[in-house]
Amino acid sequence: MAHYVARRTLSIALVLVLISLIIFVAIHVLPGSAATLILGEYATPESLLALERDMGLDRPLAVQYAAWIGGVVTGDWGYSLAMKQPVTAIVGLRLRNSALLAGFALAAVVLIAIPLGTLAALRRGRWLDLAILTGSYLGISVPEFVTGMVLILVLAGPSLHLFPTGDYAPLAAGLRPWLSHLVLPALTLTVVLLAHVLRQTRSGLVEVLQSAYVRTARLKGATERRVVVRHALRNGLLPAVTVIALDLGYLMGGIVVVEEVFAYPGMGRLILYAIQNRDVPLLQVSILIVAATYTFANFAADMVYAWLDPRIRYR
Amino acid sequence: MTTVAAVARANPALAIGTVILGCVLALAVLAPLVAPYGVADQSILDRLQRPGGKHLLGTDQYGRDLLSRTLFGGRTALLLGLGAVALGLLLGGPIGLASGYAGGRTDEVVMRVVDAFLSFPALLMALMIITALGASTAHALLAIGVANAPGIARIVRSQTLAVKHEEFVLAARAQGDSHAYIMFGEILPNLLPIIVIEASIRVGFAILAGASLSFLGLGVQPPTADWGLMIREARQHIFLSPWPLLCPGVALALTIVGFNLFGDGVRDRLAGRA
Repeated sequence: MAHYVARRTLSIALVLVLISLIIFVAIHVLPGSAATLILGEYATPESLLALERDMGLDRPLAVQYAAWIGGVVTGDWGYSLAMKQPVTAIVGLRLRNSALLAGFALAAVVLIAIPLGTLAALRRGRWLDLAILTGSYLGISVPEFVTGMVLILVLAGPSLHLFPTGDYAPLAAGLRPWLSHLVLPALTLTVVLLAHVLRQTRSGLVEVLQSAYVRTARLKGATERRVVVRHALRNGLLPAVTVIALDLGYLMGGIVVVEEVFAYPGMGRLILYAIQNRDVPLLQVSILIVAATYTFANFAADMVYAWLDPRIRYR
Repeated sequence: MTTVAAVARANPALAIGTVILGCVLALAVLAPLVAPYGVADQSILDRLQRPGGKHLLGTDQYGRDLLSRTLFGGRTALLLGLGAVALGLLLGGPIGLASGYAGGRTDEVVMRVVDAFLSFPALLMALMIITALGASTAHALLAIGVANAPGIARIVRSQTLAVKHEEFVLAARAQGDSHAYIMFGEILPNLLPIIVIEASIRVGFAILAGASLSFLGLGVQPPTADWGLMIREARQHIFLSPWPLLCPGVALALTIVGFNLFGDGVRDRLAGRA
């Protein structure tokens, strides 16, 4: 296991360097340089040159990249042009808000999807299975901004008004307002993610339930409960773990859309704000943070996977 | 003999998916003929009407006919989805094919880079490209196409690895055929089933990504009819009238269900041959 962890850590470091390069190149090399991005397409050539000199954009790209990444590593994340404050001061709270939202959604997904998927697998081919599968198909296919707005329409409308339509309340304002602002965005993410995990749990379990060792356990006289929980679930959940990891990637993108729908102040909206205000320093770091989070989450999923299935460590 | 009915019974996902996609495609192509109003016709007196009367599905905040705009929106969605996946195939396919065929060091390096791109959430990738290029339909297509390329490269490469030691490839090499001919003339035809499966699954996601970008204001720009953009514009009036949200929302969901069912069906049907 130690050897496996070491090897994966090394490859994570490599991927992180490549990611930072991709972000930097995408923003600085594509037509429309950072200076044009900031000043807009109607800027005069003189003002562009002046800004480029000011921001050090006239230096060679390699030097600029080194300066940026050196700053990121040493804690100097640059200065937001639109918000007129250091990026470090802006990012902390947003990151916490997004993590909270994603955490709630993931917890709900795991708590609902695994039992439902297990149930569907055990009732395979019956109407309950069919109903669960059809429902999950819809969950994948309805875009999150439609789901979110339908939820607003029904639950936050003037008639019911169970939850606020958007925005955010700090925990200091009390537990109720804090939670009620989180419910709808978290629910929206849950609906979409639920389908993936549920389908994987079901198909993983269906396969395992037909295996020889489950038959052996049954013949041995183990109770159905013991067969499912002790023997089948442990192996049947492997594909679900992979899918949860893949979904984290979706979650990073989905959070941009869902935060926009509910005007929730997290990393997703911060990225949109940086794009709309042409704030290059803020944009670079925000995207790097989200991509790095995803990479680390994938790493964690790999570790769980290796721990559940020893064969993987020796590949 | 396989009749249509027999195929439908053996593979209901493929059958239902094909029917849905057939309808969506027909309505999108025939939109100028079947739409009761022009796509930009405004009638300020008939703003935010409910379905019925002059407007079968109601009107939006400018009094534009929702049925007509939803029909025309299908054209934008299909164009974006199919175009982006085609671009992804053109970019990612040759990279995966060449990398897998070359093998060794080259393959190792190319796949590391592909992995780095894959470790990027696709929507973020598209957002970055649009930031640099500016928001427009063409740039959304480009961004989603590029975001799809690494995944396609990976699939094509792994399939190339599986095929390249087959006898017909060895025979072509012994015969002195050029590498280009072996890759595109011998290996590529054998990858077609897997490419068809991969593409049909990706189109649904590409349409979803396109609609998301338009919803964020970073894709299709007004006054073009597009489902994501229609939903964005419906936001302010959602409690006055839900129809500007529901019409494009249902169309979008139905189209994506169609592609998902079709993709799953094609996979089941071709899996034996892939």
